[in-house]
Amino acid sequence: MTSVALLRQITDYANRADPYPLYAELRKTPVVRDEDGPYLVSTYWEIHSLLHDPRVSSDTRNLSPEAARTISQEEDPNLPPPFIKLDPPEHDRLRRLAMRPFGPPHTPRRVYEMRGELGEIVSGLIDGFRDRGQVDLVDDFSYPFPVTVICRLLGIPREDEARFHGWADTIAASIDPAHGTADEREAQLQVFRQARTDLASYLAGLIEERRRSPRDDMLSAMAAGYGPDGQMSPVEMVSTSILLLIAGHETTVNLITNGMLTLLRNPDVLQRLRDDPDLVVPLVEELLRYEPPVQLLPQKTTLADIDIAGTTIPKGAPLWLVLASGNRDPQRFLDPDRFIPDRPDNQHLGFSSGVHNCFGSPLARLEAQLALTELVRRLDNPRLVEDPPPYRHNAVLRGPQHLGIAFDGLRQ
Amino acid sequence: MRLVVDLNRCQGYAQCAFLAPEAFTMHGDEALMYDPQPDDAQREHVLRAAQACPVKAITVEGTDGALIAERAGASRVG
Amino acid sequence: MPPVSVDGSLEKLRREGHIVIVGASLAGLRAAETLRDEGFTGTLTLVGDEPHDPYDRPPLSKQVLLGRVPADHTGLPRRRALDARWRLGVAATGLDLAAKRVHLADGDSLEYDRLLITTGVRARPWPHELEADLDGVFVLRTSDDAAQLHRRLNAGPSRVLVIGAGFTGSEIASACRERGLDVTVVERGSAPLVGALGGVVGEVAAKLQREHGVDLRCGVMVTGLEGDSAGRLRCAHLSDGSTVEVEVAVVGLGATRNTEWLASSGLGAGPRGIACDAGCRAFDVRGIVTDDVFVAGDVARSPHPLFGYQFLSLEHWGNAIAQAEVAAHNMVSSSTERRPHVWTPSFWSAQFGVNIKSVGVPPMADEIIVTQGSLDERCFTAAYGYQGRIIAAVTFDQAKWLEFYQRQIEQAAPFPPEFTTVDRRPEGMRPVPADFPDPSLPSHGPTVTLSGHSPSDRRISFTPLHA
Repeated sequence: MTSVALLRQITDYANRADPYPLYAELRKTPVVRDEDGPYLVSTYWEIHSLLHDPRVSSDTRNLSPEAARTISQEEDPNLPPPFIKLDPPEHDRLRRLAMRPFGPPHTPRRVYEMRGELGEIVSGLIDGFRDRGQVDLVDDFSYPFPVTVICRLLGIPREDEARFHGWADTIAASIDPAHGTADEREAQLQVFRQARTDLASYLAGLIEERRRSPRDDMLSAMAAGYGPDGQMSPVEMVSTSILLLIAGHETTVNLITNGMLTLLRNPDVLQRLRDDPDLVVPLVEELLRYEPPVQLLPQKTTLADIDIAGTTIPKGAPLWLVLASGNRDPQRFLDPDRFIPDRPDNQHLGFSSGVHNCFGSPLARLEAQLALTELVRRLDNPRLVEDPPPYRHNAVLRGPQHLGIAFDGLRQ
Repeated sequence: MRLVVDLNRCQGYAQCAFLAPEAFTMHGDEALMYDPQPDDAQREHVLRAAQACPVKAITVEGTDGALIAERAGASRVG
Repeated sequence: MPPVSVDGSLEKLRREGHIVIVGASLAGLRAAETLRDEGFTGTLTLVGDEPHDPYDRPPLSKQVLLGRVPADHTGLPRRRALDARWRLGVAATGLDLAAKRVHLADGDSLEYDRLLITTGVRARPWPHELEADLDGVFVLRTSDDAAQLHRRLNAGPSRVLVIGAGFTGSEIASACRERGLDVTVVERGSAPLVGALGGVVGEVAAKLQREHGVDLRCGVMVTGLEGDSAGRLRCAHLSDGSTVEVEVAVVGLGATRNTEWLASSGLGAGPRGIACDAGCRAFDVRGIVTDDVFVAGDVARSPHPLFGYQFLSLEHWGNAIAQAEVAAHNMVSSSTERRPHVWTPSFWSAQFGVNIKSVGVPPMADEIIVTQGSLDERCFTAAYGYQGRIIAAVTFDQAKWLEFYQRQIEQAAPFPPEFTTVDRRPEGMRPVPADFPDPSLPSHGPTVTLSGHSPSDRRISFTPLHA
């Protein structure tokens, strides 16, 4: 394939339902520059090595001036970048502080002890399918489930949850590389800025409230602050909370929906899972390889010239790591285009790797495991209403917009 | 049940400590301390932890002495 | 596809031969499993001087001393069923190369077609025997050692003395402090870990110890241990003239290779280990490689292409496994199918809440540069250089970056590194001397020993009169 318009092909909505043939083409040149735009890396070992390469930066302020002009997403001048867009040591400090109320070493049991609550939310949502022969899995299940969980975890009052969805959707859409005419882009940008401002001011208020009267949630813990790293500044807390909210809203929904879609396309696997619920553990790992919710990381750059796979990526160049392509690399995975639920040695890139590995991965795993086991167990004769389903526009956070599933009844 | 973690492979992602906190604990931000012989009641959690390990560093023995969780195979490093 | 040899003897060996493995710890067990994986269906015998099933040692100085895991709970998981004969609790006492026989302490002997030696190392005891026999003086190598030491720590001794601040000694001190016990660490070198990681990193380790309340005394030796009339340890005398009252002393002076049983065998075995080629075949004293005796694990020393083909002895967990797998494969393979053991040295240590990892051979280095993070924050990556190339790297709580440096080492990348990294601090702008002790002076627990190019080198490298 020529290097012409690779980026446009990836963002082209026509390729959304099945981008994998495009990735296979991409892998013929492991590192390739898109016209005068970013360097795309599509093979497993090259992506893996760059994720652990200290010359690779996640901070777009390190882009060369001409490259910086091509970046579609703008930063909020009033907020510091979230840790996902920072390098060590700032990244490490903020991530460590965010981890304190979420996981080990300080709060090792929070996610573990949410299992019962997660199970109840799942059961409640599936109970809502009763007396219906067809549901939209996205609207009726995959979206409300993780959203409820992240809101409870952070401590967002339930009555405010609905307001969040709009903000989160708008902000997540902005992660998508730019498309449309200049006027359309400007209009999108306006909507995005407004959502970001509204969300930030709402969160700032809530954090202040939690600081004064803390509860058992992550916002309260962050607002209280402790430990050798000190605490986050108020604006850092807002940045971090926005990051966690968006990630909680826009990724697991795709993991669950892609999971049901894949199972319904592979009825033998669905039956195996129904017979042996423990299969869900390796199955979700395979799903993270086969249909990862985050398809690519478009925000990286280089602090030095990097020689890789016969190409020199110059300092300051924009760098895209196409995780979903690495996951299908035949140099790393046997029979990569087959969904093998108990695939051995599955070191997929679904949660990325290195210091920027997915912060919420333990929660996402647990949610997907619970969701798929219960959906498969309880839905009688589930089948796809249309295949492929309509996809969301977003090429980075890729997943169906709706997933119609018809079924004959509900088991208890 | 018996298990061992290849701490050369381990990079401190702490997934096991989330999923099976009785058997795996973080000692500081990155060092893993684990119970090499957790109670059989922990089996389900331990197996989940082994599968979730991003670097496949956890080897768990089955009841019959056979391997359950595959130790890492192809890898360029480690 | 099973290998085919001209006379079919290899197939016969694979089908019905007898393989004896002397040493039933990590390397021995993994070799046995690999032999079966490779399709060896003959008789497999494992000989071990300890009465226990193969067990894992790293937890002994950490989880076990902390009381989180009982000492007899570190048994190694089996990767597969073995169908082996076990001779546990019986040491091998001799080897007859001509008769292909291993002699055992109980008078029995075992004939073999192929022999694998994985006898490992043992803790170097306190050199003064009467003092070593005092009640309260311990070493830590075996599961039984750990059980005894743990029991004594449970009794709440007023103060614990750790002699030697290598990795084991430092981990013991860490466990004691975590248990709230007073600890004095006496180290002959300028800092803890100095033999393994050099003075720059050793200084960080020293601060870490002191921050955690360790009474650390460097540049000092223990000159004597003194007991009371009942034979209980009472105090230690130090070379600076001071005396420390202690109830428990743990001797962490490194390890001795278990090769004495091979003294008159004709193998190239001595205090520095057993020399073998990159395919794990043992050398005899004449420097001729044997066909049927293989070596793996801590007791082996073999030439490494990355480090000038010097013979390396590696007391590393990962090396024991990797070398055992290569040895096992080569034992039942024809010469063209044999593989070299070219493992890049790697190890870890957890102490005082910090995860320390190393790759390469730091003691070979003359310079060091902090490429990421900061020594003061105890969170950093440092690269080691030797003659203009990267030879090793160490991380403190930065393990996720280490594999990048491993590739740099394997590609013989230039030192100091010519590139910018994330989290580069002012202190990391230029290399400084790595500050290793004089290599002719033995140090505690270097974990990697470079031992020249001679397969028959039997010089004794370390005979301490005092710590």
